[in-house]
Amino acid sequence: MADLYNEKVMDHFNNPRNVGTIENADGVGQVGNPTCGDIMKMFIKIEDKKGKDTITDIKFQTFGCGAAVATSSIVTEMMTGKTVEEAEKLTNEQVAKELGGLPPLKMHCSNLAASALAEAIKDYKSKK
Amino acid sequence: MIYFDHAATTPCSKEVTGAMQPYFSEKFGNPSSIYALGREAKQAISDAREKIAKILNAKESEIIFTSGATESNNLAIKGVVFYVSQVLKVKPHIIISQIEHHCVLDTAKYLEKNFDVEVSYAPVNREGVIDPKEIEKLIKENTVLVSIMSGNNEIGTIEPIIEIGNVIKKTRMERKSDLPLYFHTDAVQAFQYLDCDVEKLGVDMLSLTGHKFYGPKGVGLLYVRRGTKFLPQQQGGAQEYGKRAGTDNVSYIVGFAKAISDADNQRAETGGYVRKLTNYLIEKISTEIPEIELLGSTDESRRLPHIASFLFKRIEGESILIKLDMAGFAASSGSACTSGSLEPSHVTKAMGYGDMEAHGAVRFSLGKLNKKEDVDKLMKVLPGIVKDLRAMSPIE
Repeated sequence: MADLYNEKVMDHFNNPRNVGTIENADGVGQVGNPTCGDIMKMFIKIEDKKGKDTITDIKFQTFGCGAAVATSSIVTEMMTGKTVEEAEKLTNEQVAKELGGLPPLKMHCSNLAASALAEAIKDYKSKK
Repeated sequence: MIYFDHAATTPCSKEVTGAMQPYFSEKFGNPSSIYALGREAKQAISDAREKIAKILNAKESEIIFTSGATESNNLAIKGVVFYVSQVLKVKPHIIISQIEHHCVLDTAKYLEKNFDVEVSYAPVNREGVIDPKEIEKLIKENTVLVSIMSGNNEIGTIEPIIEIGNVIKKTRMERKSDLPLYFHTDAVQAFQYLDCDVEKLGVDMLSLTGHKFYGPKGVGLLYVRRGTKFLPQQQGGAQEYGKRAGTDNVSYIVGFAKAISDADNQRAETGGYVRKLTNYLIEKISTEIPEIELLGSTDESRRLPHIASFLFKRIEGESILIKLDMAGFAASSGSACTSGSLEPSHVTKAMGYGDMEAHGAVRFSLGKLNKKEDVDKLMKVLPGIVKDLRAMSPIE
């Protein structure tokens, strides 16, 4: 599988960061579709830091292939400590870039982690 | 590395590569040449054909060497369909099953989309078995070909070829027009384990490829019963009785014949051994891993000895395969996620499973070089891999 995914993707797949759920999460978002075989769920904790809504914790659960797990994992690393405003600007393309690229086939279905986070933020805002 | 992917391909045996060797640089003649070197090559092909014909209970002139099963299946279907549409000027209808290999399925879809050809896709039950009565129901006045695989490559289900053959014979007898009706089977997975006597099976065409039973890749055959109306699909030479032009691939045909005769000689022994090993794997996975389902038939007589596919619920096949690969095991996924498509397996879906379930399919296919210890080693890592991935799953 060495040529299927690069080293960084494999690292995140093998040692995914921040797997799990957050009890009483401030926002929960789920994206994906069964045909493609990737489903991602993100949980976020938001706190007010210096007057700005800031993500203090992110956890994820993912059903899917190596790319789906790796993109979920790296998003939690990239966005912990970022403000909600900053997190909302994150795109799936940026996530793939941060991972050093994904196989073309995986760019659509499996690269949904930023969308999952956006859904979680939307959920947070709707409850606010 | 421990290899559990024999339905994908098998290692070439030393006996096979040994038989092939002289035909690369020493006995390199073109079988169509008139001088001794050419005649020597021609003799080698003729010996190979004779050997194979005997094993399939066919005539030598009915064995057409090809580049493998994909070509054989394309040739069988297009050969008949284009004869009927171009020579007989009748709109052809063909029947295949929903669980055929892509080289049959995609050929049928291609003809349906780009030419005036009708296709019916016979359903299967939850175990992947085709009911001959369904085939009978689908046959129409302009049906010219039925193509059903002998054994399925993803789940190992054995199809009732003899019974379907009987349906076709009966329809042929009752048919009022002169329109031909042929029966083709893709026997690629079945040959190593089942008797492929074409008379007993009642087929008019049968496809094989060398690399599924310890022969080389890139060589196969299409058996075409004498009298079958058929348009060749490539022109440029009189090779293969005018049915497949191109310089004969001498060394590979010699290796192919050696692999076929070895497989035929060892069929009972290999079948018994591999069956026992696969049953052991099925028992281990079924008892040691929760939330799994064995795909295909629960009846041993309806399963090929070498294939065991499982659904691992709530997790995805590719993730399991990558982790197995890192632990030193080669298996494959029914989801085809790694082979250029994100769609879940058409086979699993045809059996009535949902998309999510279908994504959790993993196929183990065993071979004669596997040992019981290989299965034990697998069972040391597989339960943990499944558990870890499930811990990550959002699906309840």
